[in-house]
This record gives sequence, structure tokens and C-alpha cells, in this order.
Amino acid sequence: MEYIPQIIFALILIAGVGYFTSNIRKMIRNIKLGREVDRSDNKKERWAQMARIALGQSKMVRRPVAGFLHVVVYVGFVIINIEVLEIIIDGLFGTHRIFAPYLGGVYDFLIGTFEILALLVLVTVVVFWIRRNAMNIKRFTMGELKGWPKNDANYILYFEVVLMSLFLIMNATDFILQTRGVEGYAHAGEIFGSFPVSQYVAVFFETMTDSTLIIIERAAWWIHIVGILIFLNYLYWSKHLHIMLAFPNVYFAKLKPKGQFTNMEAVTAEVKLMMDPDADPFAAPDPAAMEEEPASLGASDIFDLDQVQLLNAYTCTECGRCTSECPANITGKKLSPRAIMMKTRDRLEEVGAVINKEGEWKDDGKKLLNDHITTEELWACTTCNACVEACPIGIDPLSIIMDMRRYLVLENSAAPTDLNNALTNIENNGAPWPYNQMDRLNWADEL
Amino acid sequence: MSELIKVPTAAEFIAQGKTPEVLFWVGCSGSFDDRSKKITKAFVKLLNKAGVEFAVLGAEESCTGDPAKRAGNEFLFQMQAMMNIEVLNGYEIKKIVTACPHCFNTLKNEYPELGGNYEVIHHTSFLKDLIANEKLTISGGKFKGKKITYHDPCYLGRANEIYEAPRELIEKLDAALVEMKRSKRNGLCCGAGGAQMFKEPEPGNKDINIERTEEALDTGAEVIAAACPFCNTMMSDGIKAAEKEGKVEVLDIAEMIASAEDL
Repeated sequence: MEYIPQIIFALILIAGVGYFTSNIRKMIRNIKLGREVDRSDNKKERWAQMARIALGQSKMVRRPVAGFLHVVVYVGFVIINIEVLEIIIDGLFGTHRIFAPYLGGVYDFLIGTFEILALLVLVTVVVFWIRRNAMNIKRFTMGELKGWPKNDANYILYFEVVLMSLFLIMNATDFILQTRGVEGYAHAGEIFGSFPVSQYVAVFFETMTDSTLIIIERAAWWIHIVGILIFLNYLYWSKHLHIMLAFPNVYFAKLKPKGQFTNMEAVTAEVKLMMDPDADPFAAPDPAAMEEEPASLGASDIFDLDQVQLLNAYTCTECGRCTSECPANITGKKLSPRAIMMKTRDRLEEVGAVINKEGEWKDDGKKLLNDHITTEELWACTTCNACVEACPIGIDPLSIIMDMRRYLVLENSAAPTDLNNALTNIENNGAPWPYNQMDRLNWADEL
Repeated sequence: MSELIKVPTAAEFIAQGKTPEVLFWVGCSGSFDDRSKKITKAFVKLLNKAGVEFAVLGAEESCTGDPAKRAGNEFLFQMQAMMNIEVLNGYEIKKIVTACPHCFNTLKNEYPELGGNYEVIHHTSFLKDLIANEKLTISGGKFKGKKITYHDPCYLGRANEIYEAPRELIEKLDAALVEMKRSKRNGLCCGAGGAQMFKEPEPGNKDINIERTEEALDTGAEVIAAACPFCNTMMSDGIKAAEKEGKVEVLDIAEMIASAEDL
């Protein structure tokens, strides 16, 4: 009988981690629906970039207020997780603060640090809530955040408040039980841990009986660890996946100059053939090339995007820094780089749901283009890279916009009319305006 | 100017059995647009004064394909690129200078994959080097003490991380450089990039160039320094819309240096 709590705990742990793993596998499956892209180059530079931008939060702090607050929650989250390890071991083996005897004074220091961080996280989360809900900051209130995205952001804040409070209540009651020498908590007069924050919380519990305290301590302990497992499983459905994906996302981010757009190899082959005077226009095509179905030029759906772009979509935290820097959005156009990422993820999930249901992909008659992202959004982009520069975790909305423009022009010949005129001019006379190429040097006569 | 400035073509160099030190890539705007031609001429005067042996392609130059690529027409872009690369490689060009950040970015970053490998320099970096090597001297002249703000072109700044060369030149003019609220990597686009120059903007509540010009005017600057012919056009239009013509000037940095030197 005495092992029942441990068995229950083990079952909950397995279920929590298992369900999370199965969702992550679905996510990886979905990402792999995209085209392969080779980012195996410059490993050293990529690790350095990940250390600087993801681990070191260097781009977060470019906005000092939000950046500083985020660093508090980030550091709190990472460090308090060390305690979760102890909680899991205690839960599995029915022990009490198993690390304490091994770590001695260091243990007291660690628990003290966790408590101070937990308090800081609590305060920060309250400030975050106020910023998001009461301060009318445009990137948190604009259209695309209405409904689920706004609720999602708030749910995470509530989660944090509950988890941090439970952690402190657990420590406060545990502290009193240890001081009273109650069985299961007593360690020969020694107190395990130091409680710089929860000793003040303990004031509210001091008058309670031992048995009440044990119930509160156990309840706080159980709700806390189960809460963490629920939070873990909530991630997949939330914008909060960035706490894991930011790292690979930054690792795989583009290292080339921002102005360098990808070269389309398929087009290069064709153009070379066109310009080769020795090419035989009637030659039978290479049989190897015939076997593969010709890939579409540009992107109209998630299958045409590459895997890094799809990873970008899952990683996006919807902070809206990109949109708040976008010249098109600032001047009231429909384009929002954040919405481009959100819609890409929505479409990816839509496709994933079909695969979950049918066992394989069956055309649902929808596409990313038009059903999610409109041409009006795509044509409003100035390709200025402000969104790419603004993203704290290396997301590239511009590359998706460009791939979709390519589809519109190369597959559908659907550029806006005035733009088509400029392109026709380039084709005919080598300039976007209708001037004769022979007149290019006329300015020299005016010197 | 009494002294006639000659603008030799690469073909003329080859005919004399010589190769130019550097090729000046003029670009479509610099070749045809009346406002941009002034930038081209100012830069040529500076090259001439510094004794740089440069050539242009003249009628053999064609659009780099930048607007085609950003508009999504990769096919047209690569056609343009390969034609230009054939010409450039034919003349064994190794070094290119250009006053257009769009041409700069395309030639520098997007031509190598198609067989065009050159050292490509933006004219602000080139002028900075000429001054550092004492081939060109500049003094403040009419800009001394004037309040000047600098607008970062996206394809020079964010796209290629060149923020300092243009600013150093402005400081060499003894001008008082004032920064706009959004500058350097946070600089706001003028609205022309990504082939927007050649189409009507999508519906919104403001044109991007108006937003940016207002920000420039907020600094109280008398001159908006630009380093891109398209930004120049957009900001000049913004000045007209704000009815500040004659009060605030939009000038390319090459024009500023040339006029400070009375060229």
C-alpha cells in the first residue's frame, strides 16, 4: 500500500511525457512535409549564433524593458527546472529532498536561489499581464491576436503564477513541518534547504495542525508537478513552443547577408540551356529528370516551403516585434509578418490534422495561398528585412513572402499590372522604364 | 566646368589594351532618371578628381535584375544576371563600384552563384577609402555645422550591414549628424524596395515615404542625406508632399561631397 503514491506518480509521469513525445513526433512529421534544405554548413558559426542569440538572448534585450523582463522569466524557468529533477526523483522513490545530504550547503544556496527566482518570475509575470492586457501596446492588441492567440498568451501567464505559487506554498509548509520535526520531513534536527521567500509565506500556515499542513504540502507538491506535466503538453498547442524550438531555429537560421535571396537552381538550369548556343532544342530530355514530378516554382502551400521555414512557423512566439517594425504594417497595409508565420502554422496544423485522421495526406482543396495568405499581403512587402532583423529568434518571414511571390509570378503570371509593365521593360530594353538601352550613357554628355 | 570630363567605356579600355582599375556600375536609375543622373555625375566628378582609372559599360550595361528577383520573377532575373556576367567576365572585370545599393547587393551577393565573382563596393565605402588614402580631400564647405540626418537604405544597411561608411563621410563634411528615431539596423524603409518603386502601394492609411520623411523632418535637419537613388526619389517626393521644398534638401552623399568641393 505504501508504494501507491509512487506508482501513481510514475504512471502520471509516463503518460505526461508519452503524450508530449507523441505530439512532438507529429510536429517533426509535419515539418518534414517541407522541402529539404541543406543547413549543415558552418557548424561552428551556427553553434556560436545559437549560444549568442538563443541561449544568450542577445536580440531580446534590444528592447530593454521587454528584454529584461523576459530574461528574468527565462533564467527563472531554466534554473528552477533543476528543482523539478529533484521533485521527480522524490516522487518516484518516495524520498524527501534527496539532493540535500549530497549537496550540503550548496543545496541550501540552490533552494534559496530558486525561491528568489520564483518570486521574481511572479512579479515579472504580473508586469507581463499588465503590458498585454492593460497598456494598449499595439502589437498585443491588433486584429491577428484576437481570440485564441490572446487567450493562449494569458493562459501561459496564469500557468506561471499558479506553478510559482505552488512551489512557494510547498516550500513554506515543508519548512514548518521540518521545523516541527514531523515524521517524513524530519532529518535529525537538520533543516534541508533555505527559505528566504517562503518563510514569509509560512506565516499564514503556522497556526495549522501537522495533519492539515501535510495535506497542503502534499497537495501543493502534486498539483505543482502535475501542473508542469500539463504545461509541457500544452506547449504543442501554444505559441509557447519557442522555449524548446528557439534553439534549433536559431541554429538553422540563415547566415548569409540578409539581402541575399535564394538562387532557384531549377531556373538556372533552364536559363543556361536557353543561353547555350550549342544546346539542341529538340534533344530528348534526360530520363532521370523525367521520372521526378517537376516541383512547382515558388510556394503555394506548405509542401513547397522548406523545412526551416516550417520550423520557423512552429517556433514563432507571436511577440509581434516583426510587425511593429514592418513599414507596410506601420502604414496600415494588410501585411503583418507575424500573421504570415501564424497562418503558415495554421495551415501546417490543418494539413497535419488530415494526416492524423486519414493516415496520409489527402488533398483538402485548400492551400496556404489565398485560403490563408492573400496576394494583397504578399505584394505589400518592400523586402526591407526589418522583420528578419527584429525577430529575437531568427525567424525569416520574408523568405516565405518571396517564395509565394515567386509562385504567383512564375506559375500564375499574376503580378500586379504596373509591376508587369516594369518587368516587360526590363525584358525588352534592360531597364524598368521604357528607355532605349543605347541611351544609357547619354548622361555623360551633360557633364 | 571648363575641363571636359571623359567617361571611358570598358570597350575603349580593351581597345587600348588596358583594363580599368574599377568598373563604375551606373544602374538604371543613375542612367535614366533625371534626379539620379545628378548623383551619377557628381560621383564621376569625384572619381575624376581622385584620379581613379574607371570605366563604365555604357550601352552594354543592363538592369541587374534586382526588381525582377524581388518581384518574384526569378527567370527574368537570371536572364539579366547571366547576360551581365557574360559582359563583365568578357572584360575581365574584377572590381565594381556602384552608387545604387540594389545593384550593389545583387552584384555582390546574388551574382556569384551564377558565375559572376567580383569585389563589389558601394560608392560611400569607395569614397571613404579614397579619403583615407588621401586621394580625395574633403572639407565641410557649405555643409559646415549644418544639421544633417542620414537615411539608411535597406539594401545597404540591414541587407549588408554597412552603416558607418556613409556616416563617416557626413562627419568629414563637418556637418552635425542627427539620427532619426529609427536608424541603422532599425531604419525604416523608404517604401521603394522589393520592386514597390514600380507599382502602386496596397491600400493603407499612409504612404511609407511620407511616414519616413516626417520622421526625417522631426529631426529638424536641413539636409536628408541618402545613399540610394530610389530612397532619394522617395524622400524627395515626401518633401514635396510635406511642402518643404526649398527648405529641406534630399542629397546623395556623393553630391554633398562634390558640391562641398565646388565640383
